[in-house]
Amino acid sequence: MGYGVWTVEIIPAEIQPPARSVAGASGNRIRFASNPVTNGGDAADLAVALNEQVLLERLGELKPGCMILLEDKWRTDPNPSIAAQYRKTYDELTESGFRLVEVPMEAECRKLVSDPRRGKNMFVLGLLCGIYAFDLQVAREQIAFIFATKPQAVIDANINLLEAGYAWTRANLEMRVNIPATKPTLPQLVLNGNSAIGLGIVASGMKACAMYPITPATSASHYLSEIFEQVGGFVHQAEDEIAACCFAIGASYAGGCAVTITSGPGYSLKQEAIGLAVMAEIPLVVVNVQRGGPSTGQPTKVEQGDLLATVFGCHGDAPKVVMAAASIEDCFYSMITARKIAETFNTVVVVLTDASIASAQTTIPRPQSDPAWHAPPLDQNPVAPGALRYDWDSETGLARRVIPGQPGGMHCVTGLAHDRRSRVAYDPRNNEEGLRNRSRKLITLQQTLRTPAVFGEESGDMLIVGWGSTKGAIEEAVRRVRAEGARVGALHLRFIQPMPPGIGEIIRRFKRVLVVENNWSDPVDGAGVTEDNRRFSNLAWLLRARYLVDADCWSEVMGQPIKPSTVVRIIRERLS
Amino acid sequence: MSTCTLIPDWCRISEEATHSIEDYGRGVPRWCLGCGDHAILAAVQRYCRDEQLPLEKTVFVSGIGCSSRFPHYMETYGFHGIHGRPFPIAEGIKMVRPDLNVFVSTGDGDCCSIGTAHWIHAIRYNMDMTVLLHDNEIYGLTKKQASPTSPAGLKTNTTPRGSRLNPLNPLSATLGVANVSFVAQAVDWIPDLLHDIIRMASLHKGFSFIRVLQRCPAYLPTEFEAQTRNPERVLLLKHQDGLTLPPEIAQTYRNQEEHDPGDIHRAREIASASDPIPVGILYHNPAVPCYEDSVDRDRIDTAETTHAFLEQEMDKFTIWPTSSEARRA
Repeated sequence: MGYGVWTVEIIPAEIQPPARSVAGASGNRIRFASNPVTNGGDAADLAVALNEQVLLERLGELKPGCMILLEDKWRTDPNPSIAAQYRKTYDELTESGFRLVEVPMEAECRKLVSDPRRGKNMFVLGLLCGIYAFDLQVAREQIAFIFATKPQAVIDANINLLEAGYAWTRANLEMRVNIPATKPTLPQLVLNGNSAIGLGIVASGMKACAMYPITPATSASHYLSEIFEQVGGFVHQAEDEIAACCFAIGASYAGGCAVTITSGPGYSLKQEAIGLAVMAEIPLVVVNVQRGGPSTGQPTKVEQGDLLATVFGCHGDAPKVVMAAASIEDCFYSMITARKIAETFNTVVVVLTDASIASAQTTIPRPQSDPAWHAPPLDQNPVAPGALRYDWDSETGLARRVIPGQPGGMHCVTGLAHDRRSRVAYDPRNNEEGLRNRSRKLITLQQTLRTPAVFGEESGDMLIVGWGSTKGAIEEAVRRVRAEGARVGALHLRFIQPMPPGIGEIIRRFKRVLVVENNWSDPVDGAGVTEDNRRFSNLAWLLRARYLVDADCWSEVMGQPIKPSTVVRIIRERLS
Repeated sequence: MSTCTLIPDWCRISEEATHSIEDYGRGVPRWCLGCGDHAILAAVQRYCRDEQLPLEKTVFVSGIGCSSRFPHYMETYGFHGIHGRPFPIAEGIKMVRPDLNVFVSTGDGDCCSIGTAHWIHAIRYNMDMTVLLHDNEIYGLTKKQASPTSPAGLKTNTTPRGSRLNPLNPLSATLGVANVSFVAQAVDWIPDLLHDIIRMASLHKGFSFIRVLQRCPAYLPTEFEAQTRNPERVLLLKHQDGLTLPPEIAQTYRNQEEHDPGDIHRAREIASASDPIPVGILYHNPAVPCYEDSVDRDRIDTAETTHAFLEQEMDKFTIWPTSSEARRA
């Protein structure tokens, strides 16, 4: 249709939480606009609730006085306590200023289908199409497209419900909001971050994925399991996270490059195996769809708490590449980049995403497939006599890769300290040489990276630095404060290790640096917090250490994406 | 490394290389004198020579421990991994490259303690690989701690008043897992049978599990002393579908049983006995499917086919243009 859109799934960790419970509420936030939307935004202008209880936890996310379309069947519920609860909540919300509109959703659906619980969503879609004056024909086409494999009766039933909702709005509601759509110039996809990862893996030419079920990463593997075999790939569901990582390492060792997909706790379990891949110089892509931590934490919630564990995880010095996808589109392209870097540098590339982009959906320009994305075929040529497995180039630290099947290349890779022939070597010279060359590879990669562009002011009073999923919200906030005249710029990092060149120079152009991220930091005015004991947010530690800059930080752990309005408020506070 | 032979017309050199036992060896093993690992290495190298396994098409995978140094002493490809995880590494290799001969060397700590989960599931995956459990009933590399297969009451550095638990029986455990397809036991002091069992295990397509009871002269020097001195304390399993005993072995070891490797119930009974020590093929079922064969390998995938598939897949997510013909604009 030409709208920009961003949806956020609201999901409880339980599969079947008690009905009508406050904590068990599930739903979807939809933000749309004439132009592309990069984040979930702030308070909602309109809410639709299938019962009144689900509203109670989320009132703070509604604009004061906004309209709420409420299923009215509870008012006459046969259980008197439910009916009383409904009336009480209804009255309280009305008193607080919300414009409640009771809609007989179930009653209207029952006129069309026997089980209204399965069709209410389409009725609601019709209600919304009425309010926002959407072209109903487009909705009908989309229903036919989504249910293309279902019998015609299913498509017809859904279209009937859609039209009934539309008709109800037209007959009973005066509210109309007209948001003009902008016709995109490029074909557009709608997908979530995890599907983008699955598609990106296919596009990268990787053929093996090993995983163990974990929220919120698993849906990427669901999608991949559905399609991967059609391009000669496969998904291995291993017996545990460690096995998944080792399986991927074995697959990579034997040729190509494999990926393992996980979330926080699984990422912790993989550490020793990741160190092995670094030590033995075996390409490996690891996707960590972060969630709330530590320990089991908040499996379905948003957090960016794993950055330091990713950069510094593993015992000993285990230099690996750490990237972070800044958007849903980035999830796709980062898989292609990660595979390429992993195979070029024979090392581990970790790609961080998080729950806020894993399950959020947005529109992205349809990628134009490029033959350069794909992995080259396996090299099975004989290895020249005398060639060394770890023939580290003194300038780049790179060594050639030899895979089983290549005549003359026989060697034994090992996680023990080894010499250039991959023989176990404990002597100081060999040990130091291995460590130097594995570290050198990151320097070589760093020299090939481009300095990221600064969003907003190129110099000024404050530089906001972020990484990963917060890019959209931070840049929207910077746009707003600049409109108020603030001299603020935003820098967003996709490569955290190595960091691209030029960051220090950008930092020095601003009077202050504020790191904004979705993880823990001691608040600067917290009880007992001093310069000596304050624990900074993840990226702030890294910037302070590397650039010797007195970078301040603001972070939150609300389990939700950071809102642009929150960042606006923080910038105003820190600037005043 | 390879010997070139002149063929009768005196003008061409055969491309057929033949490998000697020495061709399969690399370096000087650093195991203790009298360690059972030497016997296993010799038997494996002899088997590789007999079968003329191509060096570049053979991979030895191991975990951590004395026995896991094994791949370093083979002039094939090798993967000396991390403690307890040789199975998933080997599975990844075999899944991507079913053309490779995959062997796993693991110890009683590696397989039966830290790597137990992987061992159980490896049996269930039934991927085509030959597994040597080097079972010396003790932790050697970390210097004498009780292992899961240590006999009850054994005094070690972590059990100075004797180990408190009965040992785990790797044969019984393996025979209890779904999809088990090949289980055998060998002892390091009868090298001919060790070789024959390795050969039979390698010929089996599936997860071939061989427990090799081996002596640790450093930390358990007397453990198998009685059995090595008295042939009556070994029970040889023979069958037309199992081991055929060489005459000189049959004469020395008179304690024999005709055991059909297809009989899992008798195999489980044999597995649970430890005196006399059963040696031979306990169980063999060639009909269990291999996990790697569940993947369609006939299709040919190229950058072009992947590209075409990607376009088709992106169509499913394309919302604009709305008409399907225009989706690929």
